[in-house]
Amino acid sequence: MSIVTVQLGQCGNQIGHELFGVVCRDVHGTQGLCSKKENESYHDACNERFFCQEESEVPVARAVLVDMEPKVISQTLSVAARSGSWKYDDRSHFCQKQGSGNNWANGYSVHGPRHKEAIMNLVQKEAEKCDRLGGFFTIMSMAGGTGSGLGAFVTQCLRDAFPTSFILNHIIWPYGTGEVIVQNYNSVLTLSHLYQSSDALLVHENDVIHKICAQLMNIKQISFRDVNQVIAHQLGSVFQPTYTAEGGSDYSRNPLGDLMETLVPHPEFKMLGLRNIPQMPENFLAYSTFSWPGLIKHLRQMLIANAKMEEGIDWQVRPPQPGSSSRSTNKPPHFNTSIANLVILRGKDTHSVDLGSFRDPSLYTSWLTPQDAFNAWRTPRAFNKYEKSAALVSNSQFLLKPLDSVVGKAWNMFASKAYVHQYTKFGIEEEDFLDSFTALEQVISSYTIL
Amino acid sequence: LTRVYLLFAVGQCGNQVGCRFWDLALREHAAVNKKGIYDEALSSFFRNVDTRSGGDGADIYKGKICSLKARALLIDMEEGVVNEILQGPLRDVFDSKQLITDVSGSGNNWAVGHKVYGCQYRESIVEKLRKAAEHCDCLQCFFIIHSMGGGTGSGLGTFVLSLLEDEFPEVYRFVTSVYPSGEDDVITSPYNSVLAMKELNEHADCVLPIENESLFDIVNKIQQMINSGKLGSTVKPKSLVTSSAGGAKAVQEKPFDAMNNIIANLLLNLTSSARFEGSLNMDLNEISMNLVPFPRLHYLVSSLTPLYTLADVNVPPRRLDQMFSDAFSRDHQLIQADPKHSLYLACALLVRGNVQVSDLRRNIERLKPSLHFISWNQEGWKTSLCSVPPVGHSHSLLALANNTCVKPTFMELKDRFMKLYKKKAHLHHYLHIEGMEQSCFSEAIASLSDLIEEYNELDATKDGPRTDPPRLKIAV
Repeated sequence: MSIVTVQLGQCGNQIGHELFGVVCRDVHGTQGLCSKKENESYHDACNERFFCQEESEVPVARAVLVDMEPKVISQTLSVAARSGSWKYDDRSHFCQKQGSGNNWANGYSVHGPRHKEAIMNLVQKEAEKCDRLGGFFTIMSMAGGTGSGLGAFVTQCLRDAFPTSFILNHIIWPYGTGEVIVQNYNSVLTLSHLYQSSDALLVHENDVIHKICAQLMNIKQISFRDVNQVIAHQLGSVFQPTYTAEGGSDYSRNPLGDLMETLVPHPEFKMLGLRNIPQMPENFLAYSTFSWPGLIKHLRQMLIANAKMEEGIDWQVRPPQPGSSSRSTNKPPHFNTSIANLVILRGKDTHSVDLGSFRDPSLYTSWLTPQDAFNAWRTPRAFNKYEKSAALVSNSQFLLKPLDSVVGKAWNMFASKAYVHQYTKFGIEEEDFLDSFTALEQVISSYTIL
Repeated sequence: LTRVYLLFAVGQCGNQVGCRFWDLALREHAAVNKKGIYDEALSSFFRNVDTRSGGDGADIYKGKICSLKARALLIDMEEGVVNEILQGPLRDVFDSKQLITDVSGSGNNWAVGHKVYGCQYRESIVEKLRKAAEHCDCLQCFFIIHSMGGGTGSGLGTFVLSLLEDEFPEVYRFVTSVYPSGEDDVITSPYNSVLAMKELNEHADCVLPIENESLFDIVNKIQQMINSGKLGSTVKPKSLVTSSAGGAKAVQEKPFDAMNNIIANLLLNLTSSARFEGSLNMDLNEISMNLVPFPRLHYLVSSLTPLYTLADVNVPPRRLDQMFSDAFSRDHQLIQADPKHSLYLACALLVRGNVQVSDLRRNIERLKPSLHFISWNQEGWKTSLCSVPPVGHSHSLLALANNTCVKPTFMELKDRFMKLYKKKAHLHHYLHIEGMEQSCFSEAIASLSDLIEEYNELDATKDGPRTDPPRLKIAV
């Protein structure tokens, strides 16, 4: 089954471009560390998911590029084509001239309805190119106007037009200290709307990725390109082909469906966080060796202590003791309770990795058995030159604090009514804000009392 | 096909600055666009006209540059400045349809500029405006450049402003206004400025106030630095923010040229991220969106750094950090103000050149503690990164601040106004103009007073205790 990616706004287009690049390089790379047959299966599965292969031409990404100003899309298209190893469909993009002015209301209420037909036509064309449509993957930032506002509108349109398809929104959480002053308003409006139409929200926080670049990747002058490449690597480690069943003989054909099934048991809980281990500069890889027990141990502690990366983990945090009378009140502070977790292992000896520590019931809420709450996908095929790598996609309290912080700041600003006139100008009224706040306070509350 | 801007240079000051702007814009695009192709960046400020058949040919949208015409209207009620432009090296950049001139001037009288000439030239302005707009595929923003203290720039300039709102309400209106200093030799400049202020309050989306004193101080500072030999290596040619070097203009510079170059650079840097590529783009409409929390508080204090580049090519991070520090120092502001000691409502950093997001973050973290931000916008930063630096520099920074430090400028203006108004000095020159009444004055001063009061109320919150409003409670 194929995934149609919708790249929205500057951020969405810049990241989407890196993602296809990573995926393509991985598939053509020589360090798969597996048999030729395995490699071919992997290649075929990846192609089905992400690319459309015309006979003698380079693979064409299954993507629709949308932006309200032309510079980023034109750059994205040309850089991809220059790579020589893949490209975008030349007609599969939509752009305007004015931009959205960082205004969610402009993106949602003005650009959305105005360009709905044109955009959905492009999506429909891409969907028709797929033998079997596995769902939609949208990439957007919350901070601006296009990715956020138009992105929310497009997601709604996708839901209306494809009621039975899976929709996963990849959302970039902006730096805490602004890229955009009204980013908290835009974020609140985006999240509350996406919650209604999307199946799940997979989040990357700029602050976190920035730290990874600084501390793990040793990059001195970090650019957005560096940040986007780390994000693309993490996404690739989730969406490249895997075997989802024990003893399965074929790569899973339904990545989005499988993801939703394992991680989103309840529609109130849609926020997914992503962690990846190990993460290091490429030139270090040749000199590093990893052991699975070490990697798994770190990954588990990253989950429990809500650590953003494999350095600086707080090892003091422990799960609550079993047999406590009331699970909620006896929970140690800083302990990250999970609803469901998915671990993805790639590379050498993945079949023998012991994941028992992830099945510990004390990690989870009581509504699912650990068997249902925890899943593992594996493949012996190494990813992106890492001999061994593990990714964790988690539906847990990972994003509770960032969410609470964004809502708090937005509320603070809303109380003074600052900037509200910029939104009402385009049809988003104070009641719409209040509805969004209410919806998110509900989500915060639900995640808090886990 | 890109968004384009239309520039209105009104009055003597407006046109002198405008002339510098066009000259520097051409130079900037020539430096980037080596192949002479008419590209999107150029099209934002220039039309490409086929003049081979003579006269006003059709617009050429792609391919080689034929003849560039500035997207501008030059308006002056005296002929001197505009004539000079038309005889100078920029003459081919304008055609006669872009000019509106008269001979007698406005006599430093806002009422003459606004009421008399406004009425007289309304139709002509609308017609030329519409014609110019027809050539624009997607008109995003109007820029008006004028001074506040005289008659034409101030009166007719603000007339054009309200006209633009009537004719094209959805297009953003950015105004660069040069405010008179206390020692201005035009006695009635306070009247003209306050009457103009009311118009700016009501019809502008964003105003960038500039004070001659600040420009003068900056020019002197640069001169001193060069003369004193304090600089180890020589200053890189063409890098002075005050310099016209490399432009089309002849070497003989006029006294105001250096000051006007600063304003011209301001406008270039303001629009750079919309014209050229970068990892974090910023359009003009984003500036208004992020920096104007309440409709009337749309006055942005600007600062430009660096003022010049040293000749050494390697740029250590410390020098980069110094650029950020300078942007917040008193002596780099383009009005007499000290943003560090007042209250920020919002701040934007427009960076050009080889600067990455980590440099931005590092400097914001470093400078934040010494700045006061209003309680509901503690992290109120808007940032952009444009890859293309200005000519002669490896990087540059334009900071725009919505800060209460603009208040003293307005208060002094009010004081100077009241000094004259109390004695009814020179009022008859205005009141005898048709359409002018005493109420024009009282309304104008009321508008200014209200604005000052809004800033006062915000300042009052500055040192108060910080109590966040309680969050919504959800029934569990």
